Amino acid sequence: MSRPLGLYQPGNSPLHRAPAGGKLLGLLVFATVVMLFDEPVPLAVAAGAVLAGFVTARIRPDRVLRMTGTLLVVLGAIFALQSWLLDPKSAAVVCLRLLTAISAANLFTLTTRIDDLVSAVERGLAPARRLGLRPETFGLLVGLTVQAVGVLATIAAQTREAQRARDASRSVSAFAVPFLIRTLRHADELGEALAARGVGDAREERSESPRN
Amino acid sequence: MIEFDGVGHSYGEHTVLDRIDLRLEEKRVAFVGANGSGKSTLARTINGLVRPARGRVLVDGLDAVRDGRRVRSRVGFVFTNPDSQIVMPTAGEDVAFSLRGKGLSKQERQRLAEAALAEHGLQGYAQHPAQQLSGGQKQLLALCAMLVLEPDVLVCDEPTTLLDLRNKRLFVERLQRLEQQVVLVTHDLELLENFDRVVVLDQGRVVADDEPHAALRHYRELVT
Repeated sequence: MSRPLGLYQPGNSPLHRAPAGGKLLGLLVFATVVMLFDEPVPLAVAAGAVLAGFVTARIRPDRVLRMTGTLLVVLGAIFALQSWLLDPKSAAVVCLRLLTAISAANLFTLTTRIDDLVSAVERGLAPARRLGLRPETFGLLVGLTVQAVGVLATIAAQTREAQRARDASRSVSAFAVPFLIRTLRHADELGEALAARGVGDAREERSESPRN
Repeated sequence: MIEFDGVGHSYGEHTVLDRIDLRLEEKRVAFVGANGSGKSTLARTINGLVRPARGRVLVDGLDAVRDGRRVRSRVGFVFTNPDSQIVMPTAGEDVAFSLRGKGLSKQERQRLAEAALAEHGLQGYAQHPAQQLSGGQKQLLALCAMLVLEPDVLVCDEPTTLLDLRNKRLFVERLQRLEQQVVLVTHDLELLENFDRVVVLDQGRVVADDEPHAALRHYRELVT
């Protein structure tokens, strides 16, 4: 099984066409507002607004379900725990906050090209150049961080497949050890690929690992 | 021209390169050797990805370590696994990413990226999720992302290892059409038919350095 590395889904909806900087700012404001709500009703309205965003962006329902499947399981566990520790209303608030904010972030990555996001961050941080900071580095950092979500999901899915193939589905170490090793190897290879493209040439020091 | 001047390198106690002296002027040069022979490490010294512990590597007179930035702008590198070279989610974005440091506008980067994709048989794939391309197309994308920088030298480290026969042919066809000097690290001896020079490595040393037929005869004797 192989899943796409990035989360972006090409399209021509109004959300796809909206400027990346505006969308990023909107997402930050939206997430902040969602965290301030402490009643289930306004949170449910906010969640409905995100759902409307998915419809507007013409994201296929099966893709939304695939993305939120694991999240819903985790939220179910959080709801059960919070209900037991606090009360069902507080549990619903916590879960709705998480669901709304994470889904909004997913909608953002589904409708925003990483290249546009990197450019928006670079533009937004351009004044920081006067303080000696390099906006390009921050832009690249943000872009690679978003990309890493897809990469880690792919590595995790492949590791789970290998785990099942060896009939070791219940073994934590059969998942954790190869996942960690593959993640570190990917980081090493990505570093080399970036260096080969001249990224980070200002920093000459880098580690090495044995090769053939 | 690439010059290796007394190049040596070790990983801990293990010596992987032992006093390599070479001058590579030919258009098509290959490094062959068994696993652990040092060929990938030697290739990585060309653009400073590996800093040799001893000796130096020069590319057109520039030291690959001291002038690393300038050397990397002249030397493109294609790795074995295309998945780890693809940085951006779509093919167009990935090629455009290579051009970020060139001070070009976004539109210009996109235009050049699309032109590069078209030139290498990936026309119409600019918006395509890069990880949904076939193995051969991914490797072509990796090649594209390097060639868009117009390097003088292209180093390819076993670029066909993960490809099936059809994709391997597709990739090699593109490689053969390039104007650049190509240094190919490979196990795949049939790729070397049209090469000018083959360097055979064994335990970090050059054991044969000749035209393909003679060098490969030596290599076959070595491994049998």
